[in-house]
Amino acid sequence: MIENLLAARLLMAISLGFHIIFAVAGMAMPFLMVIAEWRYIRTGREIFRELATRWAKGTAILFAIGAVSGTVLSFELGLLWPNFMAWAGPIIGLLFSLEGFAFFTEAIFLGIYLYGWNKIPPYLHLMSGVIVTVSGVLSAFFVVLANGWMNHPVGFQLLDGLPVQIAPLATFTNPIGLHETHHMILAAFVAIGFLVAGIHAFFLLRQPENPFHQEALRIALITGGLAALLQPLSGDLLARAVATFSPIKLAALEGHFHTTSGASFWIGGIPDVSTATISYGIEIPYGLSLLLHGDPMASVQGLMDFPRQNWPPLVVVHLAFQIMIASGFILMAMSVWGFWKIWRQKCLWKSRGFLRCLVGCAPLGLIAIESGWVVTEVGRQPWIIVGIMRTTDAVTPMPGLTVPLIFFTLLYLGLAGIVLWLLHRHLTVFPQTIELSGPPPRETHARS
Amino acid sequence: MPGLEDILAGFILMSLTLYVLLGGADYGAGIWYLLARGPEAHAQRQLITTAIGPIWEANHVWLILVVTLLFSAFPLAYARVSTLLHIPLTLLLTGIVLRGSAFAFRSYDVQKSPLHRFWGTLFGLSSLITAMFLGIILGTVASSNLQNPHGGFVEVFVLTWIQPFPLAVGIWTITLFAFLASTYLIHETPFPALRRLFRRKALWSLAASVMMAILVLLLTKNYAPGIGQGLLQNSTGWVFLILTLLGMLGSTAGLWTNRFHLARASAIGYVTAIIWGWGFGQYPYLIKPDLTIYNTSAPPSTLELLLFVLVAGMIVVLPSLLCLFRVFKKIQV
Repeated sequence: MIENLLAARLLMAISLGFHIIFAVAGMAMPFLMVIAEWRYIRTGREIFRELATRWAKGTAILFAIGAVSGTVLSFELGLLWPNFMAWAGPIIGLLFSLEGFAFFTEAIFLGIYLYGWNKIPPYLHLMSGVIVTVSGVLSAFFVVLANGWMNHPVGFQLLDGLPVQIAPLATFTNPIGLHETHHMILAAFVAIGFLVAGIHAFFLLRQPENPFHQEALRIALITGGLAALLQPLSGDLLARAVATFSPIKLAALEGHFHTTSGASFWIGGIPDVSTATISYGIEIPYGLSLLLHGDPMASVQGLMDFPRQNWPPLVVVHLAFQIMIASGFILMAMSVWGFWKIWRQKCLWKSRGFLRCLVGCAPLGLIAIESGWVVTEVGRQPWIIVGIMRTTDAVTPMPGLTVPLIFFTLLYLGLAGIVLWLLHRHLTVFPQTIELSGPPPRETHARS
Repeated sequence: MPGLEDILAGFILMSLTLYVLLGGADYGAGIWYLLARGPEAHAQRQLITTAIGPIWEANHVWLILVVTLLFSAFPLAYARVSTLLHIPLTLLLTGIVLRGSAFAFRSYDVQKSPLHRFWGTLFGLSSLITAMFLGIILGTVASSNLQNPHGGFVEVFVLTWIQPFPLAVGIWTITLFAFLASTYLIHETPFPALRRLFRRKALWSLAASVMMAILVLLLTKNYAPGIGQGLLQNSTGWVFLILTLLGMLGSTAGLWTNRFHLARASAIGYVTAIIWGWGFGQYPYLIKPDLTIYNTSAPPSTLELLLFVLVAGMIVVLPSLLCLFRVFKKIQV
């Protein structure tokens, strides 16, 4: 049996890591299907309607799993961390309530969208898709703000270890929280855009002339590509905020031990706590100072300035950070390549090499999201609320948490397997070239 | 003049009521899916899945609202409940996850899949389990068994809820959800054969729920004295008991004489009266004998904002829900 605290942390990590995949799909898939449906209304080409309904079907499965796994999380906050909820509820409860309403709106209009194709007029149908997308993004905004509060607690005064003069609205102006939100929302569009692009690229390698996959690839790649180009900017803003408000976390994820001016940036490498150095990495002199402060000689605080018992686990955090950045940069390069193809060659699907690369990159966005959450969550340790409450003090007294840990791990593995299998079957029955290559109908077809 | 705590507690109880009336009926429909037999079995299942398909996810959110409001407004009570009821809450969550996933898999798997029947059965079974554990949890909260129990693991985390009263409430909840679902389902189909079938199911589940109601009331004397006294020894309690009784009678009369609108309205009244009777029965306690809505509440600054968010949220959500039901619930008697 593993220690209760570790079991609780693993259970929380598994629940979050599982939910996040479905949550980002619930945010970005509706956007893709709305674009496809909008194209259908504009052009009247059946192919776009087919695309919208098929993406909607995928969304439906993913959203349902996202909804129930999100319910698990909302209970687990109390089931695993009752002391944290008792302390933080009055401050961040408001964000969760707002998230509840955003999710409510999302669920209502997704129901209307999925089942209402022939029941409401086309423009209202499209509008309900837009509402699903907007409320999905809002939902992410509120819930990530709550996470940002755990990283940088604001909106109260401490009195004998308890919060007084509580001002929940301060969570909305929390710099860490705000920068986390745009980073997460962009990440959702990057990950889902490239995942969907990769899947359709795979089918284009087999059926290069299938216009269904061609249009799907174009929409997904432009969506994911634009987000991927913005993401480094967003990441830079977040890193600067972390450097200002949570210097120990920044030092941990960079593997930066000694406070120096002209600090180096490390690519790869494994931080070694005993010698306070990084081994096997590529050093870029002045890189870190330049990135954070725009000045190669600026001083960056190192881990050694902080008491050892407040350090997060360095190796995990540093590696996860590197994986996130590497994935992000590969996807950014793919975006540049893709946009160049659209601009110069007016065509995305002629080059088999490009399609193969897209297939290879399909999971990178999700990998970046998972490792990004490792950075923010493990990087916050040993605190559950930074500087206020340690994770050890928040955990439930309920013993034997290994049991639910094993149970939920198996349950989620099973569900993940079934979802993959269903989506696989859903994908392999795509329409063939012949069905869709008829002459496009007149421009006004869909509006009549 | 009710205070902020009273208003928020009222909002939580209202959300719970809506969860039971809407989400509860979805679980009830799952139970009928499981029990569908005979030549009409396929038609029944078809009716059930068409009826709940577009709305179950929205109905489910009322529960999330209950949870978030509870931990925002009454964090100390939430911490106590989620610590001591860890096991039944986890089982409730398991039911929720399996019900939702199985329903989604059933709906989006190809029809001739060999697993199609399995998803259906899993959907039905998990609906039953979820209803049972929701009842057990509410029953334990009502039974004042959560006053800092001491002893070993079993005494603290198990024997609080494996008790006659919570278990009886669990079974009662199953019968109530099944009853609600069948009275709603009568309205969802134009086919006389199916309507007759669900009328009969409604009458049987109503009878079962009335028997469980009597059993639960009898059990309060020894196992949930607080709530029993709250109901029987003051006039508000009697008002709710009489309303419950009227709801039962109205449902019976409506079903018996084929006045299905009356039956549905009375069914809603019956279940609502039970929940609000329980609420008033233990007011102002969340967990007897020590935690009230006053000594566990968040500070007024939080409560004020929460109230504002609730009103604004309802202004968005209620018309949207109305839209949803208008689009999909057009079949009328």
